[in-house]
Amino acid sequence: MSKVPVSMTINGETYSGDVEPRMLLVHFIREVAGLTGTHIGCDTTSCGACTIQLDGMPIKSCTMFAVQANGHSLKTVEGLATGAEMHPIQEGFMVNHGLQCGYCTPGMMMTSLALLAENPNPSELEIRTAISGNLCRCTGYVNIVRSIQYAADKMREPELAAAGQGD
Amino acid sequence: MAIESPKIMGYGTSPKRKEDPRFLHGKGTYVDDIKLPGMLHMDIVRSPYAHAKITNINIEPALETPGVLAVITGKDLDAAGLAWMPTLMSDTQMVLPVEKVVYQSQEVAAVIATDRYTAADGVMAVEVDYEPLPAVVDPFKALEKDSPLVRPDKGKDTNHIWHWEAGDKDATDKVFADADIVVEEDLYIPRIHVASIETCGCVASYDAVNGKLTIWMTTQAPHAIRTVFSLVSGIPEHKIRVISPDIGGGFGGKVPVYPGYVIAVVASLKTGRPVKWIEDRSENLQADSFARDYHITAQLAADKDGRIRGMKVKTLADHGAADAAANPSKFPAGLFSICTGSYDLEAAHVEVDAVYTTKPPGGVAYRCSFRVTEAVHTIERMVDRLAVELDRDPADLRYQNFIPKENFPYKSPTGWEYDSGDYKQALDVALERIGYEDLRKEQAEKRARGELMGIGISTFTEIVGAGPSNTFDILGIKMFDSAEIRIHPTGSAIVRIGVQTQGQGHETTFAQIVAEELGLPVDNITVEHGDTDTAPYGLGTYASRSTPTAGAATAVAARKIREKAKHIAAHLLECNPDDLEWKDYKFSVKGVPDRSKTMQEIAFAAYTNHPQGMEAGLEAVNYYDPPNLTFPFGAYVCVVDIDPGTGVVKIRRFVAIDDCGTVINPMIVEGQIHGGLTMGMAPSLFEEIPYDENGNNMAGTFMDYLLPTSLETPNWETGNTVTPSPHHPFGAKGVGESPTVGAPPAIVNAVVDALSHLGVKHVDIPMTPWKIHKLITDAQATTA
Repeated sequence: MSKVPVSMTINGETYSGDVEPRMLLVHFIREVAGLTGTHIGCDTTSCGACTIQLDGMPIKSCTMFAVQANGHSLKTVEGLATGAEMHPIQEGFMVNHGLQCGYCTPGMMMTSLALLAENPNPSELEIRTAISGNLCRCTGYVNIVRSIQYAADKMREPELAAAGQGD
Repeated sequence: MAIESPKIMGYGTSPKRKEDPRFLHGKGTYVDDIKLPGMLHMDIVRSPYAHAKITNINIEPALETPGVLAVITGKDLDAAGLAWMPTLMSDTQMVLPVEKVVYQSQEVAAVIATDRYTAADGVMAVEVDYEPLPAVVDPFKALEKDSPLVRPDKGKDTNHIWHWEAGDKDATDKVFADADIVVEEDLYIPRIHVASIETCGCVASYDAVNGKLTIWMTTQAPHAIRTVFSLVSGIPEHKIRVISPDIGGGFGGKVPVYPGYVIAVVASLKTGRPVKWIEDRSENLQADSFARDYHITAQLAADKDGRIRGMKVKTLADHGAADAAANPSKFPAGLFSICTGSYDLEAAHVEVDAVYTTKPPGGVAYRCSFRVTEAVHTIERMVDRLAVELDRDPADLRYQNFIPKENFPYKSPTGWEYDSGDYKQALDVALERIGYEDLRKEQAEKRARGELMGIGISTFTEIVGAGPSNTFDILGIKMFDSAEIRIHPTGSAIVRIGVQTQGQGHETTFAQIVAEELGLPVDNITVEHGDTDTAPYGLGTYASRSTPTAGAATAVAARKIREKAKHIAAHLLECNPDDLEWKDYKFSVKGVPDRSKTMQEIAFAAYTNHPQGMEAGLEAVNYYDPPNLTFPFGAYVCVVDIDPGTGVVKIRRFVAIDDCGTVINPMIVEGQIHGGLTMGMAPSLFEEIPYDENGNNMAGTFMDYLLPTSLETPNWETGNTVTPSPHHPFGAKGVGESPTVGAPPAIVNAVVDALSHLGVKHVDIPMTPWKIHKLITDAQATTA
């Protein structure tokens, strides 16, 4: 099959390649860009293991072609931390035992962050609704909800401190 | 400023998990993340029919596809003697078929290509001609004389596979003849699938120069796989290396050997290049080993005063096209005979018959220690069934029949020796926590208003930690497990274990065992596992056996090190070893606590200043053969509300009190319980793999096979009691599966309780809205 050139920004770096038009975005991310933190769990948009952010919006990268992401800006789990220093969402999952096998975790965090960008102080039901497209087989979600609440609190700290409610 | 020294973090503490940073940074290494130079991809042609004769396979069009390097069929494998493979139950299963297919989605041929898309193109191009045969779907009909045979290769004129029984039939008949009342129920525990979020797959790489085969594989039992591969292929065992890297959930589904693994190995041998095979979700749900599928008829005999005296169970086990369970060899129905549960019965008799049908082979566990879920479901449903019959409160009836704590060790009527238990205490805690009396009042008020609310109890006994090697083996390999500990000169350590993690947190908890036993900070202990070239031989992680077996081995190996350390400490302190005591994580001279040596000091001396005549170094190995299984238990109470208009069951509250003996890491145990409860709820309410009359799988994607999401899953309320195992080195019992085993009957009992005034006495799982709505409307039609 003939190939077409694509180029996109992932975590601030440019990745380019000639790919078949039918190549799924998740395969571009994993196999062309070599960022294997994004996982594949179902191929049918059901499980959310492949969730990334495209221009800030959470998308399931198994249900988008690489060519559709041409020219866009993507963020994956590898773009969360600053060096070894964890992002509050990563810290939240670590502190609250929000992961076990770790397979769904990157997608779960990418969905959570999109929620927190839109709604910095979500209720439990809002969190559960937001992550209902991300399946986890290990944790029973209770600690994932706690992890996201932890991240929400931590990410709001500067704002609350500025408003004088931070102590 | 003083630098705080790292903490020991032994038993009962919750250090954060050592494995988490790599997962959180996206740096885990799952099988599909492995990319080798020159690696090829394999995809599989699968049968659209449940039962059909293969009349022709034309591979030419596939071979003409650019990028396709090879197509492998059953005939190729047959020529090499590899068309069939043994299952873990000493049955046989096709790797690729030569004559006919016996289940839908069965592997028919494999295409090897330069990338996964081209491999899929090749699959589309393979032409297979089938002559459909009648499907054998209903296991009862499969036993009838005129049923088509699924496995004529077996040389028998029936689809019956085996008959197995436990307990004393005569004694049980006598109790039944003598009892005041007998209740009976048919229970179907449907076919389900573990559906770990990572599917199965491997990368097989044969290095022709060194003659070494390396397989990265989604397996829960790498050593056993290596031995089986060596025996089947004839490749010497030291020339095979099986690596189980990071695994995205196992739950029993990654214990068996699937045809795809074997074909990928053959493909690598054939092409001389690494070959990757990763199944997609549909292949995973449609072809990999299923769990459960037990058709059970159970009877309880009791006296009018509520004393339960005897139990009879007859079961038909639908194994699909091969008995590909992963049970210990001598236990074809696993540990199903634990079905007398937490109650003191006079006699019991259990029979299981297994049958072939044209469905995928199995049945493996679904987060369960060899058929214990089926056993617990049976007894916990039947106790409630009896309670309804006798008009007794289900909690009250349980209290009356519990094995009293002073009767442990307790010999069950089917031959198990329960190690320890305090069932009354667990139920006390659970009922108190949920506010049982108030809930019963609320239920009465709601019922008067026409609202449907139910309360369900399950007081289960688990049986895990297989097992004592005189009775437990897999294909002849005894079910011991192992650990190897090496202390470095500066007091840090490496631990290698025969089991491996698929998310359970072994890298943390096994470090905690060494930390506790040797007084070394948990941060300074590395745990390695899953690589057969480096880890000691073990039987793997399933059936909640890691802590009872390899955990015990780790403690025993650590204690061997401690014994040697004592002699080094005596040398350093210039005293007799008998004058030393191990206290506060160090050796001190008795009565002179100031004169002491830490393990870190001793470790340094083991390499720099060890006594004359003693071997240098500080390390130990242990292969632990448990004297008995362990018997975790728990008391669960579930409260449900049912919407009469839709039939939707909502779990309002669920209190789970678990007793797994000594707890290593409470945070991890709680996480295991949350996950296990969710996998207990899943088949209770949502999951089933049904087949139509032609043997078509009706739940082959996540659109049809419904895993619980965050919205259906309640906030589990957990708690524990601690009744240590008397025979385990530090009293632990194992916990990963207790909640999956214990939860379903609590949920079913709650639903039946909510509907009991409508005349409902039993509901089979999954309790879907449609099923519940129909029960309600049927009951209303009857009373109208």
